[in-house]
Amino acid sequence: MEFFLQLSIQGLSVGFLYALAALGFVMIFKSSSVLNFAHGELLAIGAFIFLAFSVWLKLPIYLSFLFTLVGAFILGFVIERLFLRPLIGEALIEVIMLTVGLAAMFKGLLLVIFGGNLFSYPDFLPAGLTIRWGAINIPPVYVASFIIGIIFLSIFGFFFKYSSQGIYMRSVADNQPAALSLGVHVRRVFAMSWAIAALVCAISGIILGIMNGINVHDISVLGLKVFPVVILGGLESIGGAIIGGLIIGVLETFTGGYVSTSLKEVIPYIVLVFILLVKPYGLFGLVEIERV
Amino acid sequence: MEDNLLLQVNNISVVYSDVIQVLKGVSLVIRKGQIVSLLGSNGAGKTTTLKAISGLLKPENGKVTEGSIEYEGKGIHNSSPETITRLGIIQVLEGRQPFKYLTVEENLRVGTATRWGKPYKKDLELVYSYFQPLVARKNRQAGFCSGGELQMLVMGRALMAHPQLLLLDEPSLGLAPFLVREIFAIVKRINEEQKTTIMLVEQNANMALLIAHYGYVMENGKIVMEEAATNLRENPDVKEFYLGTASSGALKSYKDVKSYKRRKRWL
Ligand SMILES: Nc1ncnc2c1ncn2[C@@H]1O[C@H](COP(=O)(O)OP(=O)(O)OP(=O)(O)O)[C@@H](O)[C@H]1O
Ligand SMILES: [Mg+2]
Repeated sequence: MEFFLQLSIQGLSVGFLYALAALGFVMIFKSSSVLNFAHGELLAIGAFIFLAFSVWLKLPIYLSFLFTLVGAFILGFVIERLFLRPLIGEALIEVIMLTVGLAAMFKGLLLVIFGGNLFSYPDFLPAGLTIRWGAINIPPVYVASFIIGIIFLSIFGFFFKYSSQGIYMRSVADNQPAALSLGVHVRRVFAMSWAIAALVCAISGIILGIMNGINVHDISVLGLKVFPVVILGGLESIGGAIIGGLIIGVLETFTGGYVSTSLKEVIPYIVLVFILLVKPYGLFGLVEIERV
Repeated sequence: MEDNLLLQVNNISVVYSDVIQVLKGVSLVIRKGQIVSLLGSNGAGKTTTLKAISGLLKPENGKVTEGSIEYEGKGIHNSSPETITRLGIIQVLEGRQPFKYLTVEENLRVGTATRWGKPYKKDLELVYSYFQPLVARKNRQAGFCSGGELQMLVMGRALMAHPQLLLLDEPSLGLAPFLVREIFAIVKRINEEQKTTIMLVEQNANMALLIAHYGYVMENGKIVMEEAATNLRENPDVKEFYLGTASSGALKSYKDVKSYKRRKRWL
């Protein structure tokens, strides 16, 4: 029982990280219909920016975190402006190939700058974050992941639900011509979704970096898990992305805990194939409103 | 230039995808404070004319290739919709296009996109005062609204932008007669109370000419007639083809009407 609880909590913690990354992926897809194959690299970039601030520049952790978020946000804008915007209106396959190219380019740049070694952050999480309860022992990084996951998902939940910018973003995803007719700055919405995506990916990348160490390939591969997550949750649904993330996180951790650690890495992709076969639009895929 | 002139469309040609010419030298003027109706049958180019004004041709790969459009003396042809909406020109698209997955109130809030600071509380009240049935629906997803509610929603949404010039594309399409009367009455009230200049594209010429001050008739991408609305209503050709009140038998092609052939072309 304790083992079960332990795994559940750790699974949810990891799940929040997948959920954050998937939130960014779904947002880009919903607003601009772009499938971002460079998503894993966005996680890696975030993790390495944080490494540069905290280890190279030896800035305090909270500043490093803040600067990384700001940097990722700006980077997202720049990526959209430089690479995606010229392709607005082009065929889907061209845009997908572009993101595949971007993935290779980012990975290459990170390798050139940082090399392919395994890095780690200084151990900065307070030991007080550890949860001990009988035989349950949750390390600080999982607790931090849990807390940060809930905080940022709530922030974005409120942002989309109540803020004007959030409502404009949803309007573009819903009906682009109508949004244009009301003067919504559609290109700005595209840029904004890339910026937010890069930001949530950075958060996710940093925490995964704390959990597993920082390596260009490893983190990029971890980022690929957004695919099973969004296929499970439904490409069109931000809520689905979050629930999908949590499910995959828990499933993976259970598999690792009860079955085998080698199956752990594969299980999300088994789910992906299975879901595509039985429920191609995912658990929360868009239910078309028939009326209208 | 007269100072009550708001919009001037000078001899514009519009081409889609570089080859499909739809408008062939359209000219019209819209004076401040008026309701100007643009009539014409299916495919005449009414929607294209509105989109040329609002800048929404661009996303459809359409272009103003000749002529100019001047809004308060400023050339706006082929400007982006972001720019044009911020000058106060808002188009309500044909076919009632809500944001289906947003609630009614969220839909209305999108109407503030062009305005500084995105204020919306007072404006919501104003919109609800014109379109009372929306109040009961405000927290519902717009996709579940009825046709009449949707028409109110899309017009209310445009009103949130404080338009100087409101372009309405077939607001009455597919609505029950009593709703059509209600919608037109509201259009008239908005024009009078908010001092909003309105360009009204309609197939329902009867109703449109009742509230309009001036009217244009369009055929095959050209303006073929223009007159004060009261005169247009009395015009035998308009009666025959748009009001359906003429006594003659079978429907003829517009070109067969002699009086039309004799009429001096706009161009
Ligand atoms: N995006 C487009 N690409 C190519 N042709 C178009 C496009 N949009 C409209 N057209 C053509 O332009 C012509 C005029 O269309 P438009 O929509 O302006 O007519 P309309 O007067 O609004 O008709 P309706 O009353 O049916 O709405 C039609 O022949 C139509 O096929
Ligand atoms: Mg039309």
